Amino acid sequence: MTGGVALGDLERDALTEIVNIGVSRAASNLRKMIGDHVILSVPSIDVVSQRRAARLITEREAADLIAVRQDFTGPFSGRALLIFPEANSLQLVRAVTQGELSPEEVIEIEHEALAETGNVILNSCLATMANLLKSSLAMTIPEVLRGSGAMLFEVDETSPSDGLVLFLYIDFAVRRLDIRGYIAMIMDLPALEMLRALLDDFIARVVGDDA
Amino acid sequence: MPVNVLIVDDSKLARIVAGKALAALQPDWTKVEAGGGAQALDVVDQTPVDLALIDYNMNEMDGLELAGELRTRFPDMPIAIITANIQDEIVVRARAIGAAFVAKPVTSDGLEGFLSGAALRLRAARS
Repeated sequence: MTGGVALGDLERDALTEIVNIGVSRAASNLRKMIGDHVILSVPSIDVVSQRRAARLITEREAADLIAVRQDFTGPFSGRALLIFPEANSLQLVRAVTQGELSPEEVIEIEHEALAETGNVILNSCLATMANLLKSSLAMTIPEVLRGSGAMLFEVDETSPSDGLVLFLYIDFAVRRLDIRGYIAMIMDLPALEMLRALLDDFIARVVGDDA
Repeated sequence: MPVNVLIVDDSKLARIVAGKALAALQPDWTKVEAGGGAQALDVVDQTPVDLALIDYNMNEMDGLELAGELRTRFPDMPIAIITANIQDEIVVRARAIGAAFVAKPVTSDGLEGFLSGAALRLRAARS
C-alpha cells in the first residue's frame, strides 16, 4: 500500500458497501436477463500498479478472456470491465437470448449481445454507485475486447507507465450454466482523491453526527 | 385499437428483449424497429408511430436527444427512455422532456406501468 493514497478503514468500508450495492443491482439485472441465480463474491479492493492488476486476473485465468469495457468520467474517472473466459462466451449469449435464437444466430449476434450484456451490467453498477455518492458519471459506449489479462489492462500510451490504480474486483458465477467471470474497476489516482472526498461526504450522510 | 410501437436501440438483443416484453403485454400491438436515432427519425417520417421505447446509451444521437426531437414533432406521443444507466440525473432529464423511465433489462413488469398509461392516453386522444 502507498500511504498517500490509501483509504482509511471507514472509507474502505464505505466503498465496499457502495460497490456491493452497485454490483448487487448489476447481478439482479443479469439474473433477469438469463433467468438464473447469480452468485457474487465480496468485493476485493486494493491500490496496486496497473501491471499488478493485470497479473491478478492473469494468475487466476490462464485461458483467453473476453471483456466488455466501459470508461467512465466525472468527479472520479476510470474503467469498468466485465471479464469472463472466452470459452463462456457463447454460453452467456445463449443464456441472455433465452432460447430465442438458432445456433447460427447466436454466433452471428455474439459480439453485439456481449456488448449489450456488459452495458446493462456495468451501467447499472456504475449508475448505482454514482447515485449513492450523489455525483454523476458519463459512460462510453461498451466495447468488446478479446485477449489476455495483460491486454485488457493495457496502460494508456500517453500516461506515465505503470501508474498506481485503485483495483476492485468481484467474482460472479452462474452455477447451473457454468458461467463465471469478474466485474473489475480501475480508477486512476487523481480520481481516487476525488473518490475519497465523495466517500467522506457519503459517510457523513449515513453516519451523521456519530462519526 | 391498432397501436404501432417504435423500438429504438443499437443492440439487436435489446430490441428482441423489449419486443418480447411488449408482445407479452400487448400481443395485438405492432412494432417497428430502428438501430439508431437517425434511422428512427426516418421511420417516423414514413410510418405512423403511436409510442416510442428508446434506448439512452447510443452512438451519434443519444436517446434523450432523440426523445427531445420526437417530442417536438409529436407533443403528445408517449415516450419511454430505456436504460441501465439509472442515474438520478438521467431520470430527471427524461422527465423534463415528458418521457417515462424504464430500467434495463426490460421486463414485462417493468414495462407494464408505462404501457398501460400509454394505452389510456392513446384511447383518450382517439375518442
